[in-house]
Amino acid sequence: MTDDHDSVYDGLLGEDDSHWAFGTSFEDPLAGVDTTIPDGADPATLATYCLMLGDDALVYSHRLSQWASNAPDLEDDIALANTALDLLGQARLLLARAAAADPSAVPAMPEGSPVPAEDSLAFFRDEPAFRNLRFVEPENGDFAVTIARLLVFSTYRLALLERLASSSDPVLSAIAAKGVKEVAYHRTYAGRWFVTLAQGTPESRRRLEAALPLVWRHHDELFATHPVEADAAAQGVGVDPAGLAGEVGAVLDQVLATAGVERPEVPSAGPVAGGRGRDGRHTEHLSRLLAEMQSVARAHPRGQW
Amino acid sequence: MTVTDPAPDAAAAELQEQFDAVIARHDRVEPRDWMPEKYRATLVRQIAQHAHSEIIGMQPEGNWITRAPSLRRKATLLAKVQDEAGHGLYLYSAAETLGASRGELTEKLISGKQKYSSIFNYPTLSYADVGTIGWLVDGAAICNQVPLCRTSYGPYGRSMIRICKEESFHQRQGYELLMTMMRGTDEQRAMVQESVDRFWWPALMMFGPPDADSPNTAQSMAWGIKRDTNDDLRQKFVDMSVPQAERLGVTLPDPDLRWNAERGAHDFGQPDWDEFMAVVKGGGPCNAERIAHRKRAHDDGAWVREAASAFAAKGA
Ligand SMILES: [Fe+2]
Ligand SMILES: [Fe+2]
Repeated sequence: MTDDHDSVYDGLLGEDDSHWAFGTSFEDPLAGVDTTIPDGADPATLATYCLMLGDDALVYSHRLSQWASNAPDLEDDIALANTALDLLGQARLLLARAAAADPSAVPAMPEGSPVPAEDSLAFFRDEPAFRNLRFVEPENGDFAVTIARLLVFSTYRLALLERLASSSDPVLSAIAAKGVKEVAYHRTYAGRWFVTLAQGTPESRRRLEAALPLVWRHHDELFATHPVEADAAAQGVGVDPAGLAGEVGAVLDQVLATAGVERPEVPSAGPVAGGRGRDGRHTEHLSRLLAEMQSVARAHPRGQW
Repeated sequence: MTVTDPAPDAAAAELQEQFDAVIARHDRVEPRDWMPEKYRATLVRQIAQHAHSEIIGMQPEGNWITRAPSLRRKATLLAKVQDEAGHGLYLYSAAETLGASRGELTEKLISGKQKYSSIFNYPTLSYADVGTIGWLVDGAAICNQVPLCRTSYGPYGRSMIRICKEESFHQRQGYELLMTMMRGTDEQRAMVQESVDRFWWPALMMFGPPDADSPNTAQSMAWGIKRDTNDDLRQKFVDMSVPQAERLGVTLPDPDLRWNAERGAHDFGQPDWDEFMAVVKGGGPCNAERIAHRKRAHDDGAWVREAASAFAAKGA
């Protein structure tokens, strides 16, 4: 028994890398995958479309990661970190897919910089180049706001990924098929808490009811088709989000009914000079989020991590 | 239920005998077995302190999750902080088998009645600290905890086996981050050295005061709760770390550190034990912040936990 447990001391200096949980050096998340553009698809459209879905996952993952060490109980700390990790994994694959489809989408780095494409995209793009929905940008708020937002987002993303699994791009199709399992769990987690908060105590119900209008302000933007999404759908690689509204609405109505909560009637957040998140026009929250997220990477444009 | 009521003399003596025999055989004591009240209290205190350390330990590294400089590092760091929450969970569950609830122990942490490892009262000031904590702090934790896999109390020992495996991943990941940074730019190399300079001495303090000043060690060792003395573990850690530092290309900030061929071990200097005592008593750089953070999260979550209990009660 002693030898068995003492063995964790050993091997730090050994050459066997198989035990390293995340590998010992950067690995392209798409290594070994055929990234040929499918027939009939335009590389720039595919890349921008991947950035849209990748940025949703990246920004939302960042927000959810801010619950680490802050959640109401250890089980929720773990579940929210899991959700953030799943979305971060999706973001990495989607950004890598974008870079492989259209290398010109990747910001230029200084000569000799070892920064991989996914990190150039995440850390060296400026805010207007981010294509995520405004829905995922606001600060977490309390646990009720977080649960309401996660319920709507995961219901939307699950419907989207289920359709994307039949994308004519085999890479996107594989990313979507993997994501479906993850996001289905996120939706279950959020749905369970949503009902619990609605029917728990008067205080939890009050907070949940206060949360709904905040979240629903950006609800309609989920289903507003951007021209790039329309093109991606027409080319067979992407999904037109307008087509998801019925299914997502039905699921949300079912959860709301189980919870005994009314769907909030609030005006939708309007566009900025005609643009929304998918156009690179964001809320005031995103620039602060990016300033923080990108700070260390930008201080070391030739750094290796 | 664990039996703790004083039994009639003869029966009590027999229970004590059985317990002593289990300890002498290096067998496990299980939750349903009789155990001396002081053994239970010592275990609860030690397990709780360990659980609190896992939970408070999420904060210094959690400080860098939102600024991790690559997506891969962000995933690694978030997963690590998540693991620490899991460790806290196993340990609070082990304490629960001794009749101490998570809620009750958390209150004791927040009110300062129970302690956590003083290493977490030091700040994380650069991204290199994520690597240094993995290498030195998780490394020291492993040295402390591997012997606990054989500790006499079953649920504690079994949690430690699982935890130690994950801590060794953390140590490897931390060391690998530092290795990668050392291959990077001059600024990154300087960052690593600066970080190691700050964490080396606090890491040595993680083994506790010198044996001569550690009054509880003898009883804990007799009960098989503790398996090695503080100084033995500290020596083991130093001997393990020196070649790793060499391979990394950093200097450990101890002018007295040198190989002693006669002892077959390294001689090394003593940490500043006055600083250690000050940190233990609340005077470290971050004690107030760490507890305030935990208290805020706990208080902010109270209405959620209440909602969950109320909802569960309705369903029952
Ligand atoms: Fe841990
Ligand atoms: Fe750890």
